[in-house]
Amino acid sequence: MASLYWMLAKTSIQIQFQYRAANYFYMIGMVVEPTIYLVVWRTIAESSGGSVGGYTAGTFAAYYIVWTLVRNMNIVFTPFGWEARIREGELSGHLLRPVHPIHYDLGSFMGWKVMAIVFWIPIAAVLSLAFRPTLNPSLEQCIVFFIAIWGAYLIRSMLLWVLGMITFWTTRVSALFEAYFMAELLLSGRLVPMTLMPGWVQGLSWFLPFRWTFGFPITALVGPISRTELVVGVLAQAGWVLFGALLVKIVWRRGIRKFSAVGG
Amino acid sequence: MNEVHTDTAKPRTIRQSTYRRVSAHRLAWSFFRVGAMNELQYRSNFFIQLLQSGLTLGAGLVGLAVVFGRTTNLSGWSRPELLVVMGVFTMIGGITNTFVVPNMQKLVEDIQRGTLDFTLTKPADAQILVSVRQVSIWRSVDIVAGLIVLIVALIQLNDSNDALGRGLSFVFLLLLGSWTVYCFWLILASSAFWFIRVGEMEELFHGLFRSGQYPVGVYPEWMRFGLTFIVPIGFAVTVPSEAAANRLTGSTIGMALAAATVFGFASRWIWRTGLRHYSGASA
Repeated sequence: MASLYWMLAKTSIQIQFQYRAANYFYMIGMVVEPTIYLVVWRTIAESSGGSVGGYTAGTFAAYYIVWTLVRNMNIVFTPFGWEARIREGELSGHLLRPVHPIHYDLGSFMGWKVMAIVFWIPIAAVLSLAFRPTLNPSLEQCIVFFIAIWGAYLIRSMLLWVLGMITFWTTRVSALFEAYFMAELLLSGRLVPMTLMPGWVQGLSWFLPFRWTFGFPITALVGPISRTELVVGVLAQAGWVLFGALLVKIVWRRGIRKFSAVGG
Repeated sequence: MNEVHTDTAKPRTIRQSTYRRVSAHRLAWSFFRVGAMNELQYRSNFFIQLLQSGLTLGAGLVGLAVVFGRTTNLSGWSRPELLVVMGVFTMIGGITNTFVVPNMQKLVEDIQRGTLDFTLTKPADAQILVSVRQVSIWRSVDIVAGLIVLIVALIQLNDSNDALGRGLSFVFLLLLGSWTVYCFWLILASSAFWFIRVGEMEELFHGLFRSGQYPVGVYPEWMRFGLTFIVPIGFAVTVPSEAAANRLTGSTIGMALAAATVFGFASRWIWRTGLRHYSGASA
């Protein structure tokens, strides 16, 4: 299994490396979103006496720069891709292979992540020069951050896989996907750090996967975060990984019975 | 003999030129009708679009609410004024996605596949042809949604000074802004004559366009420059918003006009240079 992952990752690194310019365009487009949030919140922090909700201009900068890396780790096989897979019978080919098809997605996107991190470094450097982040994590925080970004990758991969598999039953799914992404935007810490949200939104976010794949990895590195919160976060991620794996297994087994394809 | 010849030739050239001008309008109109009728077959897409627009707008409003939960003005813009910007932003996005983006996507596809040949052989200006072929009529839900937000914002602003002048300059600047965005997209799509993967470039513009949800004045100097003169979001969204919110100065109208002209000529030139580069692939 490890050699399969290694092959897939290597192939995808080679493919992506061919399209350096295209990858950069993509990354710059992506960076605009956090930059907007950052500029807005920095302005607010400065106009309200230096800090808002515990964040200063410097920590906002750190939050949204780390955001860009976490966002990259959050990019996985899109549920919209399932529509093509099922409608065009592309899945038939996957079914002939000896291992569960999720491993192919996990492996090849993992390779893409390695590329993404390499491409990300210069962008982070430019953003740091422009916005001067305040970032001084402890070693402990760095280790948890490293675990957390890969945990986030696994959780989001599996949950979006399950979401995509709904296409087995109905093809009118785009509205559902959009609703999911919107909930994610508001409840994950992507729009603003969760502590700036109203109390009930924060409370709700504890029981949903979103904050564990986005806000948690960021705050793990940027802080302020206690040791207990770090442990709770990692445990929550582990729980969601297990739950996601279980869900993938069940939904896949039921969904595949519905699948019939011509050609592909 | 010579005189007779010129006599017969003259009316013909006149007739030809009038014929051609009418056909450009009629061309756009009939493409629009066919495209709209084609899309109108899929009624359920309307509801999906309605939901999508509602979600996007909802997220935008929540964003504004979170911002104004912590402050009363953002770089000199009050809450209703920022709501104006959000309305105009949504409208421009709707106009672009209804009329411009589908055409430009088809153009890129045609260049890559070599199927642009079929367009080039038709007896009309190719730029007009490639710009009017497609219409995603359901995306216009965003135009209406943006207009509603704009109206609500204007009611909240409750400023009736020079309403007619503001209204007229708003409509004028909105059209000018849409034109500028179209020119920008044409430049982007024309780059497919030279580059292979343009999808990411579109992604880049979609990303950059999001910055229009706040007035460009919010951003630091170096970004403001880029968002005004390189990617014309300032002219497309902020300037019409200023007109609606009564913050406009006369010189801005002049600058918007100048930018629209420059973008018009530049995009035409790049399109034609690219076209010379086009070799037809394999069609």
